[in-house]
Amino acid sequence: MNPTTGPTLVDFGHDPLWLSIIKAVFIFVVLMLGVLFGVWFERKLISRMQHRYGPNRAGKFGLLQSVADGLKMGLKEDIMPRTVDKVVYLLAPVIIAVPAFLAFSVMPFGPMVSIFGVETPLQLTDLPVAVLLVLAMASIGVYGIVLAGWGSRSPYAILGGLRSSAQVVSYEIAMGLSFVAVFLAAGTLSTSEIVAKQAGGGTWDVFGLEIPQPSWYAISLLPSFLIYAITMLGETNRVPFDLPEGEGELVGGFHTEYSSSLKFAMFMLAEYVNVFTVSGVAITLFLGGWRAPWPISIWEGANTGWWPMLWFFIKLVLVFAFFVWVRASLPRVRYDQLMAFGWKVLIPLNLAWILLYATLKALRVPESNKAFILTLGAIIVVGGLAIWFRFDTLLQRRREAKAAQIEEEFEQLREEPEAGGFPVPPLDLPHYHGVLPAGQASTAVKEVTSGSN
Amino acid sequence: MELYVPILVLAVLAAGFAAFSVSIAPFTGPKRWNRAKLDAYECGIEPTPQPVGGGRFPLKYMITAMLFIVFDIEIIFLYPWAVAFDSLGLFGLVEMVLFIVTVLVAYAYVWRRRGLDWD
Repeated sequence: MNPTTGPTLVDFGHDPLWLSIIKAVFIFVVLMLGVLFGVWFERKLISRMQHRYGPNRAGKFGLLQSVADGLKMGLKEDIMPRTVDKVVYLLAPVIIAVPAFLAFSVMPFGPMVSIFGVETPLQLTDLPVAVLLVLAMASIGVYGIVLAGWGSRSPYAILGGLRSSAQVVSYEIAMGLSFVAVFLAAGTLSTSEIVAKQAGGGTWDVFGLEIPQPSWYAISLLPSFLIYAITMLGETNRVPFDLPEGEGELVGGFHTEYSSSLKFAMFMLAEYVNVFTVSGVAITLFLGGWRAPWPISIWEGANTGWWPMLWFFIKLVLVFAFFVWVRASLPRVRYDQLMAFGWKVLIPLNLAWILLYATLKALRVPESNKAFILTLGAIIVVGGLAIWFRFDTLLQRRREAKAAQIEEEFEQLREEPEAGGFPVPPLDLPHYHGVLPAGQASTAVKEVTSGSN
Repeated sequence: MELYVPILVLAVLAAGFAAFSVSIAPFTGPKRWNRAKLDAYECGIEPTPQPVGGGRFPLKYMITAMLFIVFDIEIIFLYPWAVAFDSLGLFGLVEMVLFIVTVLVAYAYVWRRRGLDWD
């Protein structure tokens, strides 16, 4: 290992089994407690943003609120509708929860430390394809969503499941593309090495103070980071992309039939763990990983020993706070807007940025043919713009034509009030007040007033 | 292979916890039988009979799934290229531009045929 940049791929795979078990249990416990803390933190923060107190009864500052909620959830009646496909219905919560935890196994928390006399990195494991593992786990999580919706055999659940999976796979493409620039810059897919590559650039000398140049990929690859920040909201079904649980139209979406028992708790758990995972990926790939940010990094001990774990979790809380902030600020988008944004904006932008960045990178290779590369870059930019304008104007024209047609139909309808097509009931119909007209009394349905059931 | 053992450990832990939670769920709560509770929830109306095997769903979702496969494969091509970019040099760049242009033809076609519009 390199003492200044931290562990790399060669430092992994030497742990004895007991150490792996300790690390795995640690990650598991941290994620479980993290979910309890996350639920409380989100409710508390969003409350303060909306000028209310939020949970403040259970424990100090309401800190025990989510523990109480979890206990209550366990003591609720477990309802399994009789129409469900039992195997799929029971398997779905497990399928959705397990990959959510697994994605955290490649998250780097810190450099080499000594645990019970064994030198080991503060990371469960690392792979040559670590980021691919995170994406794969996100994809397997979609199976949980689809199967939960499908196995419930209820219209709301199946619609919610379809919507949710369509949204997640759409944003997964944009997410996967936003990583490409990071891999171009780092030249590796291993998370620990990507963190090592973000360790310190040069320094600027400002009035005798040495200010280090930003080496985070969030700054040098800003477009990728912005796209990733958007897709991580879409990928985890969070506001403003929380269409799957559009309460007004889909009740609870794919988990409608999972009542409020421990099975539902699995979905809740998976949702929050997924939020932590995408936040962790954001930190690892774009925000410098476990390295201390500038003012702290002046202190020499900041990036050694166990301290980096603290910086990592502080960053995690801050990114999570960003999620809450977005939730407090933005309304939910419409479904067609969501899909259009993912497919027509994020993907082409992403591809254009990747090619542009690759071209810039090729320019820096000394013996390359500069004129050729520049021509290539120009062709890419012009071609991209041409496609964009062509399709945009085409769609604009179509939209206007459609609007004009609808307007014309309205005009027609206004001229003939009888056959207007609007659902206005005729005013001379007999009204039904639970009392039928004389003569039809025998088979009449007796009205049951509400609340008497 | 040693790199994957810790993932397996965590998987066993997570799967054990999830399976445990799902299987004790029926025993921790009370049981109050009610016919209406066991129907699929549809805001109180009689549940719509669901065809065995899932029934139909809007074609849009299948198109989305197809497009996802196309682009996901594109991403899988982009990753090794990005990692090996420095050693491939100019050749790699030109190859990737050609590849992305080829995918863009399909993308432009789908866009033009309104495959990307939701309504």
